[in-house]
This record gives sequence, structure tokens and C-alpha cells, in this order.
Amino acid sequence: MSRVGVFVCHCGENIARTVDCEAVVEALKDHPGVAFAEDYKYMCSDPGQQLVKKAIEENDLTGVVVAACSPHMHEKTFRRACDQAGLNQYMCEMANVREHCSWIHEDRGEATAKAIDITRTIVEKVKHNKPLESIRIPVTKRALVIGGGIAGIQAALDIADGGHEVVLVEKEASIGGHMSQLSETFPTLDCSQCILTPRMVEAYQHPNIKLHTWSEVEKVDGYIGNFNVTIRKKARSVNEDLCNGCGDCQAACPAKRIPSEFEAGLGKRTAIYVPFPQAVPNIPVLDRQNCTLFKGRRKGLAKDVCGKCQEVCLKGAVDYDTEDTFIEEEIGAIVVATGFQLYNIGREQPEGLKGYGEYGYGEVPDVIDGLQFERLASASGPTDGAILRPSDGKEPKTVVFVHCVGSRDPEKGISYCSKICCMYNAKHAMLYKHKVHDGRAVAFYMDIRAGGKGYDEFSRRAIEEDGAEYIRGRVSRIFRDGDVVKVWGYDTLSGEQVVIDADMVVLATAMRPQDGVRELAQKLSVSTDEHGFINEAHPKLRPVETNTAGVFVAGACQAPRDIPEAVAMASATGAKVMSLFSADELEREPAVAIVNENTCIGCMNCAKVCAYGAIEQREICTVDGHVCGHVAYVNPGVCQGCGTCQAVCLSKSVELQTFTDEQIFSEINALCYWE
Amino acid sequence: MSAPFRTLAADILEATGINAATCYQCGKCSAGCPMAFESDLRPHTMMRLVVQDRREAALAEESIWLCLTCETCSARCPNACDPARVIDALREMSIEAGVADMPRNVAAFHRAFLEQIRTNGRLHEMGMVMEYKLRSGDLIKDVTNAPGMLSRGKLSFRAERIEGVAEIKRIFEKCGVTL
Amino acid sequence: MTDVAYYPGCSLHGTSREFDESLRAVAAELGIGLTEIDDWNCCGASSGHTTDHLLGVALPARNLALAEAQGYDTVVAPCAACYNRLSAARLALATEDGLAEQMPEIIGHRFANSVDVHNAVELLRDASVTIEEKVADTLAPNPLEGVKLAAYYGCLLVRPFEVCGYDDPEQPTSMDEVINACGADDVDWDMKVECCGGAFSVSRTASVLRLGRAIIENARSHGAEAIIVACPLCHSNLDLRQKAMAQRGEEPMPILFVTQMVGLALGLAPVDLGLSRHFVDTEPLIARLVQRAADRVVAEKLAKEEAAAKAAARAEKQKVGAAAASGGAQGGEAP
Repeated sequence: MSRVGVFVCHCGENIARTVDCEAVVEALKDHPGVAFAEDYKYMCSDPGQQLVKKAIEENDLTGVVVAACSPHMHEKTFRRACDQAGLNQYMCEMANVREHCSWIHEDRGEATAKAIDITRTIVEKVKHNKPLESIRIPVTKRALVIGGGIAGIQAALDIADGGHEVVLVEKEASIGGHMSQLSETFPTLDCSQCILTPRMVEAYQHPNIKLHTWSEVEKVDGYIGNFNVTIRKKARSVNEDLCNGCGDCQAACPAKRIPSEFEAGLGKRTAIYVPFPQAVPNIPVLDRQNCTLFKGRRKGLAKDVCGKCQEVCLKGAVDYDTEDTFIEEEIGAIVVATGFQLYNIGREQPEGLKGYGEYGYGEVPDVIDGLQFERLASASGPTDGAILRPSDGKEPKTVVFVHCVGSRDPEKGISYCSKICCMYNAKHAMLYKHKVHDGRAVAFYMDIRAGGKGYDEFSRRAIEEDGAEYIRGRVSRIFRDGDVVKVWGYDTLSGEQVVIDADMVVLATAMRPQDGVRELAQKLSVSTDEHGFINEAHPKLRPVETNTAGVFVAGACQAPRDIPEAVAMASATGAKVMSLFSADELEREPAVAIVNENTCIGCMNCAKVCAYGAIEQREICTVDGHVCGHVAYVNPGVCQGCGTCQAVCLSKSVELQTFTDEQIFSEINALCYWE
Repeated sequence: MSAPFRTLAADILEATGINAATCYQCGKCSAGCPMAFESDLRPHTMMRLVVQDRREAALAEESIWLCLTCETCSARCPNACDPARVIDALREMSIEAGVADMPRNVAAFHRAFLEQIRTNGRLHEMGMVMEYKLRSGDLIKDVTNAPGMLSRGKLSFRAERIEGVAEIKRIFEKCGVTL
Repeated sequence: MTDVAYYPGCSLHGTSREFDESLRAVAAELGIGLTEIDDWNCCGASSGHTTDHLLGVALPARNLALAEAQGYDTVVAPCAACYNRLSAARLALATEDGLAEQMPEIIGHRFANSVDVHNAVELLRDASVTIEEKVADTLAPNPLEGVKLAAYYGCLLVRPFEVCGYDDPEQPTSMDEVINACGADDVDWDMKVECCGGAFSVSRTASVLRLGRAIIENARSHGAEAIIVACPLCHSNLDLRQKAMAQRGEEPMPILFVTQMVGLALGLAPVDLGLSRHFVDTEPLIARLVQRAADRVVAEKLAKEEAAAKAAARAEKQKVGAAAASGGAQGGEAP
């Protein structure tokens, strides 16, 4: 015999203003199976929860229905209260009379009638609830960090220092990310590589960190605590165990004019190369696309036309016949830290973006972007730190910095603000003035976004101490006119058109997620937003988690971020991972599907529709071990409780716990039967 | 016609479907405007008047008549605020309200042009220029060019009047054109 | 023979007659049938839409209705302003709430807004292959071969993109393609889409002079020998008013309609293309180009003859050498 307790919450005015809570209690207190009914102002408060506990004890309740807000809010709260009072927590359900009723209707009479219907329906459901137990699954205490930029490195170090193994996967030949390309960082003007490389080395040498560079994540199976990850180690053509980093191969390589990705296209590299001198690991990679020998092989030449690097290698580390290899790793938690790329203003654009025809589609010489300026300013860059313009190597005497190129431009496809550009533009103006004392730095801006610690003071320094000219207005056109680059802008503060004959123009282009992130997100079953940024679970309260349990996110792959934020997020994911690894077992909600093997006919329709790959075929054997049939089996660790299998089962053998057919039909009956 | 308590922005929204609040005053339109050099107000400042509900200032502004309708502002606006269309609407409203401050020559040109079409259905250029001179008082305008145009066969003395000229008159009436 | 409706617009019957003449001549050559829409009216140009939105849509709409009733699915409007107004009206009727419903009452015609609007540049670009072939077939040497021409699009051929849509609004290439199809070289310059002053030609000429000057100077500094236009107002502002904006001692810059350029490449006579109607005399340019073409023909002929002579001499040497080698005993003198 059911003895259900009904608790109707006022939620202050949120529910009570539109729904007559006393009337709901009145309607339900005599409903068959209801042993107790009361209303209260704030059910989720301590006294409210006490009310529930007391009612359970005093009335021997077998089930609890709390008519209040959405289960997303407080289902855990009330279930915990029931558990503390000795009632199995899965005998407790919530009837949503707030989001589904009081918040969306105005007529009190109608809303109250609806609230009564909703509550009654859930009461009928609860009569069919079963006392379930949480599922326990083991946890593999190893983490995977995807991306070896500052965020990935920080996350890896935090988890490794916490005593757990980390597999760090980086798609480039070296870790370090974009931070390794910067010359100095705001607001301290610290040399970027000087503060980064110690971390890089630490990550490389850490006994708990397994580093795979020139590698990508190929496949991810499994679920929180129990992922199976396949990593593709791309063919490096250099044996990492034999190479000692001497650099002779690089010196001998005849292909010297390949645009260097690290130098943002402003410098050249060889085909076999280490991206930069402080690269970690200091092991070169052979770019087979541009290598003379491999070009020959692709043409089908019988004999290899080059082999210089292999010849000069004293360690015999160069091997042209290596292939991509695959490594399987068992992982418990994954951190995504793939970072960003810069938007480019060219003609060719991915879907949803447009290029800047009015700025010349990236084809105007001496119009560069922020990363390229960093390479010019960097002491290890293509100009040894001198600010020289790419077209003729002359020192530019007038440099125009343009803010918001791509960012805050819905017409071009990017409506968001890239956050870091105001700061790095101020930095660039300062670096330029420090190096070219008689130079003129002009910045066209819309607003100055300098919200971090010491940031506003830093940006003011550029104007007040270093003499940068800040003009408020966006630029209409940029084009080449003989020896100068003409910039047509506007000063909205003084109300005049401004035309500048610049020697060089630096565009602050928008931060975008890396290419290939959407595909990676699919592999991890996490979602991305319309721009390709990874979606966090909740923008305010769960910024480093995703909606997929066990997958966390840090840094610029989630949204435009500066370095302190990326590091903070990375350490936050470290804490989340450590907390995940702190127990040997994970508790999972028992809202999973279960197959009745006695009635299952083995048609495997359920497996065909399961989006999570949670259903396997199990063989039924006779006593002497002969296979006489098969049935379906749902892996309780992988099942996400969507219920699709239940809908397609021909023999009605699969039941989703907490949403069985019986429970659902009883709700429908309740709606139809009672007035 | 707008009721006295309606904002200018609401009127513009109704007439054009454009929400003037989307303009964040970046100035890119005005940076590329070919007439900014010689007008007091520029596209983004005209948008500002709309947002601030300064109806008299906007409708009585001379600068809206200096707009070339070249569409450069609307083509480059990052927020698709379409200033060209908004300025079109301001012009129409200013005529309706009877406060249009057209520079004399611009007014003369528009009136002469429209009158020609209303009368003949097509523009008789010579007729239009004559009427323009009378209205603007700029009698010697292009007088030196006239012989050259004649000798090159570019001027016709006879106006081409279309058969459906009554339809054109009706169009003007139905549109309520008072200019 | 493809047949399209033709909307000349008021200027092509008046001050820009040469645009009409050259378009008809070129269309005939390319097998495009142009039939003027019967009883078309003025599109309203800028005075229409600038003063009254409804008028600015209704005047072009009547023409679209007429073209539809006369059985056409495409209309060519060479004047950039007419093209823009007709296209803008078409778009407004398709997208603005209630606008299409008002039209029959205002213009006195019902129509389905089914007629496509194109301009002369589009028409010629779509016929580029035919133009190239015909240029190759023409007996007379192509006077436009290698000449540097600046394509000036102006505002209304490419903006707004939603209305025009057939070319990039910042760096258009359609007219440049036509220039190349004629054998000429398109110049890479910066004022392709900057306004010439348009409708202020009469009412505010000072603005036109300021803007026009910047355009001509930029074309000149990038090596253009002539500027190609496809808009009567651009032509008038840069041609009729060039003297007023020129500085002492400057070379005049001829302004040609795109159809005139194609006509020249196809071997049509300048007078048939209205080239004598311009204020900036086109004769010196054409004479120069014709001379250059003739010189080129002569130079090519000479080069061929020289090459043939050289080849013959080489062949002779080889023959003698072979003879000497095989018949060494007989001796023999080298020639």
C-alpha cells in the first residue's frame, strides 16, 4: 500500500503568486495513496527539509512528491533528505509546478488546476517507483590532457604533482603553444619564453607526465573513469629515443625556404626542423609535405633524391620509413586545452565568416597581424627583435594598430569581443615606441577593455608615458599607395575623418578556436557553440566542466582568454580531476536501462538505436557450454538513460529505471482519469 | 504620421524595420563617407540623433540632404545598421513634417527631376536642367557646356512623353508625394 | 539568339546616348536580342527613393510589371542607377511586409515580381567566352591588346550586396574580366568602388570635382591609359567635368563605356560606338591604340621573318656539315 507524502512549495512568491498552494494540498490530501500533504514557503530551506524528514518518520511514508521547482534545481536536495530519514532516495520525485506552471501562466485559476494535475500525475508515478541503488564504477586514475599550450601544461603539472599519471598530447612538434611565440606578456612585460620554458621543461621531465608531441587524439571510447583513448603518433621520421638534439640534420637540409609556422610566415625553416630553439622536446620532425625526398617518392621516383639529414645524423635517428603509430591509453578523465588560432582577413573563409575586402583581403604588403608583430618584436624572431617591415626591411616610422578586426563584427560573422586585443595592442604600441623612439604609434579603437589586475593602468601607460596616439573610431579602408599604406579612419571624439599614411599596419584579429576542434568535440561527445568554442556545463557556476561527465575544458578553446585566465582554468580542471580520482569508485545515478533476459528475443534493435554504444550482445549458453541464443545487455556504466532502447524494444524487455513503461503509463492515466 | 509621444527611433523602426540601437557609434561608416568632408553631420552622428530621440534636430538637419546615397556606409557597417536606409527615412519624414532644410540647389534639383517625371513619365534632361536653373536661380550653370552637348547630339529638344503618363501621375498621387 | 527586355533609362536616351548606341551594336555582334520595354517610365533614380520610399519602389515596379506582361523573364538595365533601383525594388517587394500587396493599387498593374534584373557588365561578363572568341576571329588587329585599363565600378553596380549580389562589393572583378576578355590588361588600383559624386553632378558640382579628381589621379598613378565605366553619371562626372577638375598641363584621361571598349575589340567603328560624343576626346587614344596594334602586326611579321631566316640558315649549315662529314673525300667548300 502506498503512503505518499505531498509537499507543495510556495517558493516565496515564485509559485504562490500564481498557484494557490493550499488548494493543491486540499486537492491531494485525500487522493488514494496519499498519506500526508502540506505546503510550505521554502521547501528547499533547512526547515523545509526537516518537514520532509519528520513527515517520513511520523507517517511511515513510502514515497515523497515535492511540488516545487525543476528537478534540475533541487532533486538532489530532497533525495538527500529522504535518504537521511531512512527512505530510499529514488522514492522521491519532484513535480515541477514552477518552470512548467507558475512561471509561464498568469491566470490563477487555470494555473492552480494545472499544478494539481501535475502533482497528481507524479504521485501516481511514484507509486510505481522502485527503491534503487547507485551504480558504482571503477576509476582509472590517469588523466589525458589534449593540447600542450600554457593551459594544457598547467593542467598536466597540477595533476601530475597531485600524484597521478598524465598523458599530454600535442599536435605540433613542440609544446608551448602560442605563448612561446610572444615576445613579452602584459601587464608585466615579462619575456614570454622566459616564464614559459621552465614550465615546459618541468612538464617534459616530470616522472608522472607522458608527453606525446606530433600526435593527435584519434578515437575516444568509454565513459567517465573508464575512457579508452587511441592516440595517433604521426610519423616524425626521427627516432625520439636515439636523437640527441644536436641539430646537424637541420643544418644539412637543402630545403631552406619553407614558411615557418612558428614565425607566423615571416621567417623560413627547413623541411626537417625543430620549431624554435627552446622547443620541448628538442627533437626535430620531418615535414613530409615539403621534403624533397618525399616529394620524389610521391612522384613515384625509383631512387630517393635526397637523404642529407640521414647521412649527417651520427645517431642514426632519421628513418624515412616510419609510419603513423597508434597508442592505446586507459584514461579516467580528459582535459581539453586546444587553445586558439587567429582569424585571418583573406578571401577564403570557413562557413559563416567573411574576409575584409575593405582591408585588402590580407594581400596588402606590410599589413600584418598581432602574432606576426610578436615575432618581429621577439629577440629570437626573424629580425632579431628589430621592428622592420616585411616588404623592404625598412624601419617603419608610422605604425597604425587597428583594434577589433573581425571581433565585434556580426556582419563578418564574429559578434564576440576577443578580450585580449586591447591589452596586447597597448603592449605592441609600447614595444614599438621602446624600440623606435622617434616612431609614431597610432591606434584606432572602439572601446578599451582592460579589466584585469593592473590592466587599465598598463593601457594608460601606453598613452601617457609612451606617447601612443589613441583615436576612437573604426577604420573604413586600408590600401597600398606607393610606399605607404593608406588608412582611412575616423575620430568620433573630435568628429573628423582621419587619413594616415602608415609604413606598417598591425591588425588585431579575432581569436577563434583551432581547426579540427569540432571533430575532436564529436569524438569526446562534447558540444561546441556556433563559433566552434567548446561549451562549458554552466557559464557561471561550472566554467571548466562540459556536459559530458569526465571531460573538462581549460583556456582559449572555451572562449577568448588571456594567460592568467587560462592558467586559472587549467588549475581548476586539475582540482576537478583530482577530486574525481580521490575515490576508488564513482557513484552513478541508477537511471539506466536494464534488459529482462527472460523475455528478450535478441533482435538487437536497441543496440542499433543506442547513441552511446552502451548495448552489447550477450550469449546464452546451455549447461554444457553450447551457445543457444543471445540477448541484449546494457552496460550500466555507459548508459546515459535516454530511453530510446525502451521505445524500440519489440518484446518490451528493456526498461529504463525511473522511467519504466509502468511509471509513464501511470502518469498518462492520471492525467486522463482524474478531473 | 507619428503620434507626438512616439520616439523617433520607433518611427524609424516602423518605416524601415531597422533598430537604431544596434549602432554602437564605431564610426566606420563616417570614416568612408565621401561627403563627410563637407557636411556637419556624418552617418553615425545622424544615427545618434535617432537613438537620442532628437526629432527636430534630425529632421531639420541639412546634412541628410548632402548624402550621396552611395551605400558605402551600409556596406561596411559591422552591425548591419543600414545608415543609408535610415537617412532615406529621415528625408522622407522631414518632407512630410514640412521642416526639410534642403540646400537650395539640392531642393531645386529634386523638385525639377520629379516634376519632369510626373509630367512626362521620363526625364527630359534639357527640360529638367531649365527648370532647375529657374528654381535654383543658378542661371549660368553649365551654360558653357551646352554648345558642346548640342554638337555631340547629347541634348534633345523634344521631351519623350510616354503613353501611360496618367499612370505615372496616379503613382505620384497614391504615394502622397508632396515635393 | 537570346532575347532579353531592355530598359535603357532616361540618360541613355539623352546625355549618354553613346552607352545605348554601343550596347546595341555590341549586343547585335554577340547575338543578344535587346527589345526595349514598351512604354517604360523613369525609375526615379536618386530623387525618387531619397524623398519617398514608396515612390522609389513604385516607379521601378511599373517597369518590372511591364516587362513581365510583355513576356520577359530577364531585363537588362545598363545604367547603374536604374539597375540598382530596379533590383532594390525587386528585393523590397519580395521582403518588405505588405509592400507587394500595395503595388497593384498604386501602379495599376498586377505582376508576380518574376523578372530578373541584370546590368551591362553582368551581361558582358556572362558572354566573356564569346567575346574572346570573336576577338580572336576578327581580322583587324585588336587595338585593345595589352592596353592598361582601369575598371571603375562606382557605388551602385556592387552595393548593397543583398541587392546586387553578382560580385564582391569591395574588390569586384566582373568588369576586369570583361577587360581581359577584350585582350586588355586590367589595372590594379584603389578607387574601384569609391563614389564619383553621382547625383550631385548638377546640384553640387564642387563635390563631384573633389571626388572625381581623386579617382582620376589614382587611376593615372597606377598606369591606366583610360578608365572604363558602366554608369552614365560616372561617365558624365569624369568626362564632361574632367576639364573643370584638371590641372594645367595634365594629360586628359579618356573615359570609355564598357560597351564601347568591347565594341572596339570586336572591330566596330568608333563612330558607331558613339566615341565621338565624349568631352574628353577619344580620338588620340584610339589613334594611338590602332597605331600600336599596327606596329605590333609589323613587328610580329618581322620577327617571324627573322626567325624563319635564322632557321633556314641553321638548316643550311647542317646540310653542308652533313655533306662535308659524309663526303669528306670529295672535299668541298663551306658556303
